[in-house]
Amino acid sequence: MLPIIDSLLIIFILTNLLLLGSGRLATYIQMIAVQGVLLGILTVFIQHGGFRLRFALLAIGSTAIKGILFPLLLARATRLVHIKRELEPVIGYTGSLIIGAFLLALSLWISSRLPIPTPGKIDDYVLPIAFFTIFTACFLMISRTKAITQVISYIVLENGIYLFGIPFAGEAPVLIELGLLLDLTVGIFVMGIILYHINREFSSVNVNELSSLKDSRL
Amino acid sequence: MNWDSLANVAFALGCAPFLMGVINRTKAIFAGRQGQPLLQTYYEIWRLLHKGAVYSKTTSWFFRAGPLAGLAITVLVLFLIPFGRVPAVVSFQGDFIFIVYLLGLMRMMTVLAALDTGSSFEGMGASRELQFSAIAEVALVFALSTLAWKAGTLSISEIFTKVTPDLWRTEGGILSLLGVAILLVFLAENARVPIDDPNTHLELTMIHEVMVLDHSGPDFAMILYSSALKLWILGTFLLEVLLPFQVGNFWLDHASFIFAMFALAVLVGIIESSMARLRLIFVPRFLMGAVIFALLAFLLGLR
Repeated sequence: MLPIIDSLLIIFILTNLLLLGSGRLATYIQMIAVQGVLLGILTVFIQHGGFRLRFALLAIGSTAIKGILFPLLLARATRLVHIKRELEPVIGYTGSLIIGAFLLALSLWISSRLPIPTPGKIDDYVLPIAFFTIFTACFLMISRTKAITQVISYIVLENGIYLFGIPFAGEAPVLIELGLLLDLTVGIFVMGIILYHINREFSSVNVNELSSLKDSRL
Repeated sequence: MNWDSLANVAFALGCAPFLMGVINRTKAIFAGRQGQPLLQTYYEIWRLLHKGAVYSKTTSWFFRAGPLAGLAITVLVLFLIPFGRVPAVVSFQGDFIFIVYLLGLMRMMTVLAALDTGSSFEGMGASRELQFSAIAEVALVFALSTLAWKAGTLSISEIFTKVTPDLWRTEGGILSLLGVAILLVFLAENARVPIDDPNTHLELTMIHEVMVLDHSGPDFAMILYSSALKLWILGTFLLEVLLPFQVGNFWLDHASFIFAMFALAVLVGIIESSMARLRLIFVPRFLMGAVIFALLAFLLGLR
């Protein structure tokens, strides 16, 4: 296996752990940017069929959208909604880190058991880290209460799925990948607008309070 | 029995306090001060040895035994650790666990001696020391176990001879994670800045210094000396991981390792000058970071 891929993947794990252990929204947005850029680089490196134009296209597209556009949109949403720095997690940061370590062990175990037909030999760490990213995103969605962190967790989830898909990118039409990126972009855009309106209407973006919108007569 | 190894122990015994001088000089240069002499720690140990000790009536024999036992254990550890590529004086299978336990025993002696004074202030320091070292020890054990797994042996001298440039080429990611984990443990165990501030006496947030406030005279000299030796010991762990290179010439390798040791002291000085101490509630999170780094290396190393 190539040391450079390993190093990039280890940095990827560290961004996930930082997401789990940090309480600052600015850090979250920076980590989204780092993950986007890392995925762009990994797209080029993980391929085994040699360099092809479509991968370069995919790499540039995903870096531009995930590494630059999303962080900018999220930063703008944060500014408009006046979100305070602290994220008020349901589970504390140290607890989250410990759970993160368990999730990593779990994903290493799962991917060692899972027979996945990959085209050719791929790096040992790609699949476990993809699983780990997906688990991290699910955990973040449950344990952080601000609506904007739900949006961020959604992006992290997509990053995990994208990482899982990189080894198979040679088999799938590039149109599907680009379509996914477009869907995601529109999704993030819409969520930013919704956040703004929620904040204007209720002056809070805490998802726990959204349940009070339920019709109480039912 | 190996004369090179014995010479290393003698060298460590002689030079460890000098590291403190290098750290203090670096901090002085950063602050624009002249700074204390490089040999200040030696002077202080000398001065303290010539003073009498004051013992409170509430203390028992344990208070007097604490510093002596601490120094004895530290010197014992020096005989068990390799230096550069020269093996330790005594080595056997599983000695890295023994070393971790010896360091734990040394901590226990300090803590019990602090509790023996009956001062609530020292009790507070003892409680903090134990709380933080409980986390730091996990990180150190995970880091050493990962190295043992990769080296395929349980003896610390053999483990570190297996850390070669080849291992760095194939497992560079894991080794750099371990390096970060051991650096964080190194700073925490030696009560250096992001965890504890060695300069602040009579400060309610301090951890390690508070436990030794009641010791005086020769007892305090022993404490100073053993903390310098502990700096040397944990620094050796860190450098063994970070410096896999070897020219082949015995003297050249040796000189480069010693030079690296002092470079590490300069690094500690730089860290202390450029960072503030963490707030006490952030210390466990900082140490959990070290555990996570070591655990990550452990999990990735198992594959």
